Amino acid sequence: MKLLEQAGCTVEVPPVQVCCGQPAYNSGDRATTRAIASQVIDAFEGYDAVVAPSGSCGGMLSHHYPGLFDDDPAMKARAENLAGRSHELMSFLVDVLGEKKVAAARYDGVATYHDSCSGLRELGVKEQPRRLLDSVQGLSLHEMKTPEVCCGFGGTFCVKYPEISNAMVSEKSADIAATGADTLLAGDLGCLMNMAGKLQREGSAVRVRHVAEVLAGMGDLPAIGEPERG
Amino acid sequence: MESTAHAFKTNVDHALADPNLQDSLAKLKVGFSERRRQAAERLPEFEALRDRARDIKNHTLANLDFYLEEFERKVIGLGGHVHWAPTAADARRIIAELCQSVGARTVAKSKSMVAEEIALNEHLEALGIAPIETDLGEYIIQLRNEPPSHIIAPAVHLTKDQVADTFLEHHSKLGFDKRLTERNDLVAEARYVLRQKFLDADVGLTGANFLVAETGSSMLVTNEGNADLSNTLPKMHIVLASIEKVIPTLEDAAVLLRVLARSATGQESSAYTTLNTGPKRAEDLDGPSQYHVVLLDNGRSGVLGTEMQDILRCIRCGACMNHCPVYGAVGGHAYGWVYPGPMGAVLTPQLVGVEEASNLPNASTFCGRCESVCPVRIPLPKLMRHWREREFEKHLTPRGVRQGLALWSFLARRPALYRGLTSIANRVLALFGRADGRYSALPLAGGWTRFRDFPAPQPGGTFHAQWKGKEGKRKRA
Ligand code: SF4
Repeated sequence: MKLLEQAGCTVEVPPVQVCCGQPAYNSGDRATTRAIASQVIDAFEGYDAVVAPSGSCGGMLSHHYPGLFDDDPAMKARAENLAGRSHELMSFLVDVLGEKKVAAARYDGVATYHDSCSGLRELGVKEQPRRLLDSVQGLSLHEMKTPEVCCGFGGTFCVKYPEISNAMVSEKSADIAATGADTLLAGDLGCLMNMAGKLQREGSAVRVRHVAEVLAGMGDLPAIGEPERG
Repeated sequence: MESTAHAFKTNVDHALADPNLQDSLAKLKVGFSERRRQAAERLPEFEALRDRARDIKNHTLANLDFYLEEFERKVIGLGGHVHWAPTAADARRIIAELCQSVGARTVAKSKSMVAEEIALNEHLEALGIAPIETDLGEYIIQLRNEPPSHIIAPAVHLTKDQVADTFLEHHSKLGFDKRLTERNDLVAEARYVLRQKFLDADVGLTGANFLVAETGSSMLVTNEGNADLSNTLPKMHIVLASIEKVIPTLEDAAVLLRVLARSATGQESSAYTTLNTGPKRAEDLDGPSQYHVVLLDNGRSGVLGTEMQDILRCIRCGACMNHCPVYGAVGGHAYGWVYPGPMGAVLTPQLVGVEEASNLPNASTFCGRCESVCPVRIPLPKLMRHWREREFEKHLTPRGVRQGLALWSFLARRPALYRGLTSIANRVLALFGRADGRYSALPLAGGWTRFRDFPAPQPGGTFHAQWKGKEGKRKRA
């Protein structure tokens, strides 16, 4: 929010906004997904841009909504219109607004960045957050060996197949540890929760934050899953 | 091969607890993907070639009957025979009869996934005909009586030590009683043992990577050259291939070969590319006197024209499994049938039934890495989602998932209620977890908290609540 306002946008959150419908979509429940999608399309009617701080939600709006209405040309057109206006936060800041750096943010630490799957592969988010992070004072970035490999969250996957999910996130956490970073950043809330949960269970000192927190200079707030200070 | 796809979850437990398998998978994960990446980088037109490969396959599938008939005409013109096998049982019967017609006692086979699909070995053995696998990986798993765990590297689940033990056990009766430890020595020993079997074989049976309609050729790529011996030494050569392997021209084959090898192993091309075009001609020095092609449908034609058609583009390169984090965690056997990984998660429900294989298309995070490397651009996550939709329609989705989903969707369609409840949940969660910022156990979330903590909400209430507060302050200002 702060990032968008700094970049000169007027930000609003429609009160009727809820989830994008991914859990239903990925569980094969097309009817429910369509109902939710119609609702989301209504909610965001009239805005120039719809920006999501999570790659998978952004991907849902911009890549998957139109395909839901193949048999309903009027809705399909509206879905396509919304898709064209929908963006993931990092890509919106860099690709649409042309931001090259962030205003005077500071974060003292070594971070590593996890590429969330939908952000990377559906929306092409890779360089944008790194470019912006580069302008954060005090921060250095150490890359993982495979930052683009899935962390094992996968929405309902992680509760339907917890053993596989655990094997995947364990590997991720080893990759994170090997970088020596003290902070893990990513741009998708599902991945962040999953990795934070694993790191904390393992007793790791690595702190987990949404990349936007650091870019907005809010790195002094408690990290994800961290107790309130003071 | 008998499917154990229904026991996916048990298979997974075994796989995760098998240290040898985990060792082998750790190597596979870095090896294959790194080599593919480098190969793709070295070829500037790689992405454009993938488009062409996709288009060639799409064009063929749209005219499949035409190209198959063209292929058949050409094979017959060359003096060969084409046999149409609608089902696996038909294919088994045709092949057995062909073998019996020449009184065959042994069949030299080079790797064919379709032969696995129709469970050919078991059938031949029951008739007293010994199938001999000549691909090194297939040979190893044949000795161990195991199914393949990967479509191009069937024994990739084994460590070198396991192979050494297997050879010692089976080769000592042939006089090789030293346990070998070096890779090259193992290969040399296998080669020696296999060579004699080639010479003894009455029938050679190979798969095919492509069937070229314009020439009537079957095309096969290997890195061991074993196929060349399977098809030139014996007097009868049988090619077993599924119908979607046909492509129009040699020119098309060239495009597909370029993406195939790079995607599979990162090689520019496989070590051996063999074209078989009919039986031995009068002027040829060697070659089989009989040449037969068995074309298997086994449910594939039913996929044509449906939302699943894209899977028929698959050229069996294995890249999707090499890049799949789920395959990388559990290996190929967990999938329970011939085809593992993402392509298997789409194809297996089609071939053995979605009831049997219902877990496979669900066991994916939809991370999309498979689609991003597939040389013929098959949208694998989308096809897996289609299976989930069909399962949902057929009420195969587990009850717990359905009920949870129904409750959530009821709420998600009622924004005010959804927000009200999430903010209550947020507060309740915060109340319990705020002290140390996380939970190590939560009701209804056992799958999550068994292996990781659930982060407590960050302070300040839900996003909607914070937004409202912010708006309020603004308005007052
Ligand atoms: S689906 Fe694509 S990546 Fe997987 S084996 Fe087939 S061609 Fe290769």
